[in-house]
Amino acid sequence: MASASHHSQDMRPAILDEVDPVDIPRQPCVANDRSFNWITEKVCGIIEEKTPTWWWVCFIIACCTASFTVIGLAYLTVTGVGVWGLANPVNWGWAIVNFVFWIGIGHAGTLISAILCLLRQKWRTSINRAAEAMTIFAVVCAGLFPVFHVGRVWFAIYPGYLFPFPNANAIWPNFRSALLWDVFAVSTYGTVSVLFWYIGLIPDFATVRDRATTKIRKIAYGIVAMGWRGSNRHWSNYEMLYLILAGLSTPLVLSVHTIVSFDFAISLVPGWHTTIFPPYFVAGAIFSGFGMVITLMLPLRAVYGLQDLITQYHIDCMTKIILATGTMVGYAYGMEFFIAAYGANDFEIFAFVNRAFGNYAWAYWIMISCNVISPQFFWFKSIRENTTLVWVISLFVNVGMWFERFVITVTSLSRDFLPSSWGYYSPTVVDIFTYLGTFGLFSVLFLLFLRFVPLMAMAEIKAVTPQADPHHH
Amino acid sequence: MADKFGILAKFDTPADIMHAAEKVRDAGFKRWDVITPFPIHGMDGAMGLKRSWVPRFTIVGGTTGFIAGMSMIFFTNAFDYKILIGGKPLFSPFFAFPVSYELTILFSAFASIAGMFILNKLPMHYHPALKIDRVAEASDDKFFLYIESEDPQYDDTKTRSFVEGLHPVEVSDMEA
Repeated sequence: MASASHHSQDMRPAILDEVDPVDIPRQPCVANDRSFNWITEKVCGIIEEKTPTWWWVCFIIACCTASFTVIGLAYLTVTGVGVWGLANPVNWGWAIVNFVFWIGIGHAGTLISAILCLLRQKWRTSINRAAEAMTIFAVVCAGLFPVFHVGRVWFAIYPGYLFPFPNANAIWPNFRSALLWDVFAVSTYGTVSVLFWYIGLIPDFATVRDRATTKIRKIAYGIVAMGWRGSNRHWSNYEMLYLILAGLSTPLVLSVHTIVSFDFAISLVPGWHTTIFPPYFVAGAIFSGFGMVITLMLPLRAVYGLQDLITQYHIDCMTKIILATGTMVGYAYGMEFFIAAYGANDFEIFAFVNRAFGNYAWAYWIMISCNVISPQFFWFKSIRENTTLVWVISLFVNVGMWFERFVITVTSLSRDFLPSSWGYYSPTVVDIFTYLGTFGLFSVLFLLFLRFVPLMAMAEIKAVTPQADPHHH
Repeated sequence: MADKFGILAKFDTPADIMHAAEKVRDAGFKRWDVITPFPIHGMDGAMGLKRSWVPRFTIVGGTTGFIAGMSMIFFTNAFDYKILIGGKPLFSPFFAFPVSYELTILFSAFASIAGMFILNKLPMHYHPALKIDRVAEASDDKFFLYIESEDPQYDDTKTRSFVEGLHPVEVSDMEA
């Protein structure tokens, strides 16, 4: 900051002398001027301390909740997809809603790790590790639904419903289908997210290895640290790799939700067949993902006393992104109506009027209140500084985005071209339990992450502190 | 004592190690390294390192991925078992694009990561730098510099006094 303004003195436009702009100080990413050692102790302390009681309580509750998904999916596999509430004309129900919901949640993790890295947003360093973990676990939850919706899940792999595996009948998937594009997009996304996360973890695993007091820890963390020794010759290649992965993940994350939206957009169903879907889905995904990041990080911040690492500045940044993307989503909702009216297609107009005032109007207005109205509170500083309120609003965002996918999927299908085939869709108890259980699965994975993996990217946080700058005095 | 691997110097701040690295670079040493808990901005220049080769792996991986995607789709849908749907072309680069695009990214990521591991010769679970207890501090908050005894310019006494002249906190020998 200091050096940047120093360099630009010569090229300073003359107008600046006249208007005399206020010099906005850059917020520190680590509060209270903490030392490198303090950061190591704080972050490693979380995984080195004795497992706290609350962790076991949460873990047991999460396991019990996750068992709902296990039971739901086992029942589906032995009985058939009829146990879900799908029936003509609504042949896409909660499964796709839940799939898009979870995939969307994941997108904030990649946004934080990749796009904010390219934009040199240094505040990302204290939340990127947990957000990337969230991405991976969300993709796991999302992936369950498309895999299990085929009923006989073993066919998903062989003879290749989902992946083009060579088989005796030479049956290959149809690459003209957006659903197959989705398979490639989501599996690439999952794989690259895991790799990106792991690459970021290597230096931190080395720190944990070097601090390990027991033989088992030393060996286990030693293996995953790959013999990292902090050599600058290594850092040089490592930093280049990190930058490239950020550069690759950015088009990847944008393409994934674009392709997810193609599942809808390339069909001919009124309300789905719109060109606004890709950007609208991506904005919604980032919106919901940041909602989930806040839902997870604020309690962790309080439990582990991480106020110096996740400062008010971080919360401000995240809430402002939620405000911006929530407003974009609101704009998209409005624009859909405008285009329907302007396009003068009767079916399209009916689809949107039906969304807002038809049989699923309750879902539509829940969506509008949660996604468009609730983030508007973030305009106010006093609300952004009230962590309880921020957390509550983040819950509304999560709920609202689930309803968005429900509204898009179900309202359009339940009232399609032929009034004779109209219907009202309701989920069955299996649908509900399977979905509820994914929150348990997500929590189990996230709790394990908290116990065994450094919650924050220590090396990266150290690198953005003022004392890490060789020109710092 | 086993063979000597080199001379190790410890520093307290990024600025100190950076100035030391510049001096070692200017003295013309070849086999030496700096060990830090995080990447220090400007250290590559201070060590005289060239731009990383990782991007070369990326371009190879990305090209392979794109060609693999396009040819897989051509092979499966237009050659091995022709699937004619709604009179649409058997192959078109447009419908093949999303999958090829994803595979481009996937293969680029694999290649770049492989490139980093290959260039850094990792995983390497044994290295003299990992053997010294004090180096554990390098993954916390201290900064180290070592010059290997294999370096052509290395001389036990001269190099040691050169390293001491860099104003480190402490200087010690490294075992091989």
